[in-house]
Amino acid sequence: MSKKDRQSFEERRAHLATLSDDALYDYFWELTAKVVDPLLALGRDFTTPAIERSVLLRMGFSSLEAAPIVDGALSRGLIGKGCGHVVWKLSQALGVSIREAGTALARGEHWDEAERLFAGGAK
Amino acid sequence: MSTGKSAGDPLQPNEKLNIFAILDGLESYRSPRRPWTWRKGRGESREIGDFTYLETSESLKNSVPLPASRGMGYIDPQPDVVITTEIASGRFEDDIRRMRMAAWNGADHIMVIRTTGQSHIDSLLEGTTQGIGGIPVTRKQCRATRRALDLIEEEVGRPINFHSYVSGVAGPDIAVMFYEEGLSGVHQDPQYNILYRNVNMQRSIVDACESKAIIAHGGMLQIDGAHNANATAMEAWKVMPELIVQHAINSWFSRRCGIDPKLIALSSVPPTAAPAPCMRLDLPYAVAVRDIFRDYVIRAQQNTKYMESELREATVTHTLNLMISRLVGTDVQSTITPDEGRNIPWHYNGIAACNTARQALIGMDGLAGMVKIDRDGPLGDTVREIKERAVLFMEEIIEAGGYFEAVRQGFFVDSGEYPERKGDGIARDPDGGIGSDTVYKRDDDYFAPVSVHFGRNCLPDGVAKASDVIGGDTFEDPDKIVFIDELDPEDNVHQRLESLKPYYENPNRIRPEVEFMSDGVVVLTMQLPTDMRTAEFAALKIGEKMGLEDCVVIHRQVMHPAEGTYVELRGKVTFDIDISELVIPPVIDVLSEKDIRDDIAAHPLVVVAGTVGEDEHSVGLKEILDIKHGGIERFGITYHYLGTSVPVDKLIDAAIETNAEAVLCSTIISHNDIHLKNLQKLADAAIEKGVRDRLILVGGGTQITNELALEAGVDAGFGRGSKGIDVASFLVKTRMEKRS
Repeated sequence: MSKKDRQSFEERRAHLATLSDDALYDYFWELTAKVVDPLLALGRDFTTPAIERSVLLRMGFSSLEAAPIVDGALSRGLIGKGCGHVVWKLSQALGVSIREAGTALARGEHWDEAERLFAGGAK
Repeated sequence: MSTGKSAGDPLQPNEKLNIFAILDGLESYRSPRRPWTWRKGRGESREIGDFTYLETSESLKNSVPLPASRGMGYIDPQPDVVITTEIASGRFEDDIRRMRMAAWNGADHIMVIRTTGQSHIDSLLEGTTQGIGGIPVTRKQCRATRRALDLIEEEVGRPINFHSYVSGVAGPDIAVMFYEEGLSGVHQDPQYNILYRNVNMQRSIVDACESKAIIAHGGMLQIDGAHNANATAMEAWKVMPELIVQHAINSWFSRRCGIDPKLIALSSVPPTAAPAPCMRLDLPYAVAVRDIFRDYVIRAQQNTKYMESELREATVTHTLNLMISRLVGTDVQSTITPDEGRNIPWHYNGIAACNTARQALIGMDGLAGMVKIDRDGPLGDTVREIKERAVLFMEEIIEAGGYFEAVRQGFFVDSGEYPERKGDGIARDPDGGIGSDTVYKRDDDYFAPVSVHFGRNCLPDGVAKASDVIGGDTFEDPDKIVFIDELDPEDNVHQRLESLKPYYENPNRIRPEVEFMSDGVVVLTMQLPTDMRTAEFAALKIGEKMGLEDCVVIHRQVMHPAEGTYVELRGKVTFDIDISELVIPPVIDVLSEKDIRDDIAAHPLVVVAGTVGEDEHSVGLKEILDIKHGGIERFGITYHYLGTSVPVDKLIDAAIETNAEAVLCSTIISHNDIHLKNLQKLADAAIEKGVRDRLILVGGGTQITNELALEAGVDAGFGRGSKGIDVASFLVKTRMEKRS
């Protein structure tokens, strides 16, 4: 490293020079939290096709069934409701099992009904 | 190809793993969920053989001890840290055999590498298609592998952690599948996706939150991806501040997603290697990492950045890395196969890597209790400097506007030593990359009816637990898991097994292998008296003349620019061997060293020995006699050596004079069967002198076999490769029979 760069480190470290090792440790983790916290906020408020597929897998659908359900929800603007939510709500409305409702959606059926179920701002 | 064996039958050490039984009924096989397991009995001192160990864990039920253990009663002390082996053939049916070998050689963390390109597949893959440099990680591959590991861990007597990767654009899908299929360890680090796989950063971060929540619930060990910055950096000795920053971001992120810090492992790699003064550079870094990450655990990765094609060099680098592990501590010790610099890791090189770790860790058992890290000298100053540089790096990320902006500006994988910048870092557009525009805001009534979920989940009125509305999810009711078998009728394990049917059906038919069953690969090593380039082409010609196919020079090294080059040549043999046609002499049972010594102590034994006829050879006989060659002398047997070209009468007379019980007669020259005639003369002389009954007559020599010696009228014959213990054991056994 050149002399100039070393000076640059020396200049930049001036405010750290007096910190004890423990204080430096605390400061490092405080900074880390500041970098990471906005990322976690993103994770709390957003979802993705992969997250929705992972929900559907856990509801008992195969990877081959989960993908078209998520695609359907995306094209109907329903992904923000949660794809598992759509399946569950449809199963309630049709009076069928979760698997029956989901596999029907995967075949492209009942999407109008699904859209209708969420149009009323259902909670 | 039924074998009549069920998959649940315990493995037998003398039988091969039965892939057909593993695949049979796989759709309904369920491994118990496997949280991460540390080795048992750590922190206890342990007596093994003649030694006291301070850093071991419980011993194995079945294992292959290190070669040098032969002189120590074949002890096999197991280090206290988990040892990882990486498996990457591309065919899981071959991987599981390698896993079994690795488990016998001390590995209890099996890391399965994924096939090239899986990161960019926006879905789970299914079936058992063949991969490149790893397997396509699918439910079927995972289930079959875990099923095999369930048997293997029973065989060796230690739990085995099964591990793969939760990365790419299907991370949450894979995390779910891993939980369901009993994986115990994962790589998960959104920075890896962003920097090296060009996955959109928002997508990667949001997916990671869900994946990590699942990993936390599964009690899996998570390893980060920081070591890739080391492997990718232009000058790896400058990358230390960044490595610490990357470790910190993923560690804190993971902790906030619910993972226990004691299951958050830093993939910490010694950044440099010789000829850099690597210990002086890497040790302060390792200390700094352990200071800053004292709440977390360390997975000591081995350096791959400076790995070329020489196995010896890689092994020395790894041994130096292992010294750091022992001096400052580690929880998981990774191993890198020493051939990773030249090909997909081969079976025996994977085992070599496990043994490098096992040997070095055991060899340095308790070392850290005898030496001290001196923080008052230059090490302490360097540790502090590395930490300060990392703090400054983190400060600048915040000044720049946060993580995404820092990546956009190319902060990471820059080859300058921070705060110096070379401007060659990896820069990514926050709105670009694979999976851009696929992050969606959750509505106020967003709902995911599953038992584990990160972030906002608005439960309907009256619902206490999200998954209650579906009567429990697959984490609670595994019967709901949907198993997909094969999607590709051509590319699957059943087709591969069919193509290798001759070998599976007839275990007597074998061919060499390094990666796949019966791939035919062999390696020739040779020293050629010419320059490097000429040597390479000469080696290829030699391979061709020897009938090898697909010859490739995998290593070349100059011994001297003109005098010679060392070459390793890989080629394939095109024939099989039928082992049932081999003529293999039966193994003669040998008494234990202790039994021999005890008998000699109770009944002292004197022998006379010499080379007979006009024969000046003496080396072989001396190896049988001398204590320094492990000869019979070390068991307490007294010998009178009469020299070479000794007449047979003289041997018998000397035996009578010294009251010896046995005569060892060496005869090497074999033209006109003179060696056998000499033995007959020896027997005749003993009869003439009336001492045949009280003398044990033993013949030896390169052309002697036991059968030939018996025909010649003596009591035993020892040929090429015989050892002192073989002769001592025979003498003692024969005396025991005479006494009884």
